[in-house]
Amino acid sequence: MAEMRGFLRSDGRKGIRNVVVVAYLVECAHHVARRIVTLSDDMDVHLIGFPGCYPNSYAFQIMTKLCTHPNVGGVLLLSLGCESFNREALRQVVAASGRPVETLVIQQAGGTKATIEAGRAAVARLKVLADQTPVVPMARHELVVGTICGGSDGTSGITANPAVGRCFDWLVEAGATCIFEETGELVGCERIMSDRAVTPELGAEIEACVQKAERYYTIMGFGSFAPGNAEGGLTTQEEKSMGAYSKSGSSPISGLIKPGDIPPSGGLYLMDVVPDGEPRFGFPNISDNAEIVELIASGSHLILFTTGRGSVVGSAISPVIKVCANPETYTRLSEDMDVNAGRILEGKATLDEVGAEILGLVEAAAAGDRTVSEALGHQEFILTYKSFEPVGPACLPTRAA
Amino acid sequence: MSTPISPLILLHPDDNVLVVRAAIRAGDALDIDGIPVTAAQDVTVGHKLARRALAAGDKVLKYGAPIGSMTRAVAPGDHVHMHNMKSDYIASHTRQVVGGQMVGGSEGGH
Repeated sequence: MAEMRGFLRSDGRKGIRNVVVVAYLVECAHHVARRIVTLSDDMDVHLIGFPGCYPNSYAFQIMTKLCTHPNVGGVLLLSLGCESFNREALRQVVAASGRPVETLVIQQAGGTKATIEAGRAAVARLKVLADQTPVVPMARHELVVGTICGGSDGTSGITANPAVGRCFDWLVEAGATCIFEETGELVGCERIMSDRAVTPELGAEIEACVQKAERYYTIMGFGSFAPGNAEGGLTTQEEKSMGAYSKSGSSPISGLIKPGDIPPSGGLYLMDVVPDGEPRFGFPNISDNAEIVELIASGSHLILFTTGRGSVVGSAISPVIKVCANPETYTRLSEDMDVNAGRILEGKATLDEVGAEILGLVEAAAAGDRTVSEALGHQEFILTYKSFEPVGPACLPTRAA
Repeated sequence: MSTPISPLILLHPDDNVLVVRAAIRAGDALDIDGIPVTAAQDVTVGHKLARRALAAGDKVLKYGAPIGSMTRAVAPGDHVHMHNMKSDYIASHTRQVVGGQMVGGSEGGH
């Protein structure tokens, strides 16, 4: 198998991809940005953006972290001109990170056609500069891997999720950073989870953040539970939670982060994705890709996505590896899946075997192999409004130590 | 038709439900913890069957952890799902939602 290699960034982090992102800063610039990406016809030119015209510090933070993500080698900012997004502040952060960055303002560039033309030329320049990034060997401990489940059913928590948990255990053992998330899908697991925290204070923070999630979802009127979950045999939120929880494996929990926080060291981290304060902007995560974007904003090089009902999504910026939990779903959607964890249910493979297969695919993706969703051109992206307070000192005991 | 492996798995010794790992058809002969039971209905992969008789109010245990409570009594081998159990946290929902209002079904009206 090919060796893992990374694109070395000025902050010392290494990327497993060298993507040029085209980022629209308001929905009004979305079409122009999309045309630039489409016309570039390049698998490593991706579209990201924020649709809102009103300012939001969370969205600014996430866009900043994405544009300086280790997998990103160059940035084109696409502004209409009158939106409130602070494009100059974002440009400065990207420039300070050593990445090539250009800004186009549609109102100044002469409208749709002229901006698309200018954007295509800008992407070509950015590609040339990004291609000069040094490529260096990468070790397992330098990996940051996030996990999410989507379209869960009664098989997810028996096959794909615990298999990802095995893979996470081996990665953490090697010194890598692993992130699991969606505290709304951990309702019912809070006590079991807090027992795994490296300090009692962190355990208390974990319990509090799950209680916050439960309260938030109760006000919204729905748990993190879709009709397909019930059709797949899951009955309650806490049942879905226990299955989702098994993705975390069995390592101690080293910290609690919020979207965009970069874990300070290797280990297993829980990401608190539920906004702080009274609900203001609606559901915490309106679909799976909102969670994937947050995992990537916290530095994830790639995402392990487990699915029972059968999701087909990928993501902008970081490759997604799809682990199919249900053997019947795999039969229908095999061309969209990287791993058939349903073999565990059929007695044809063990959890360890599937966990090892996932780890092998992680390393292959980090050596440059395209994942299935990546090769199919999936580059989903969504970012909406949220508000967060910074994490407290008890949440990151390793940083305090 | 005999299956090479049991269509049911026990995830944890404390559990009072079994998980269906190969589709069950009505009339299939099942072995529920040593008790012979004839399947009353089709049940698809990922769903749960009662491992023993359960009464309304009993905690349902899966992965060795409570995942909700029974809302009515069931016999060993009965399908355990939204019609006879509920969350102890947040109500589950189905597609039977109109104008933001639940119109039944999701929690068996309990």
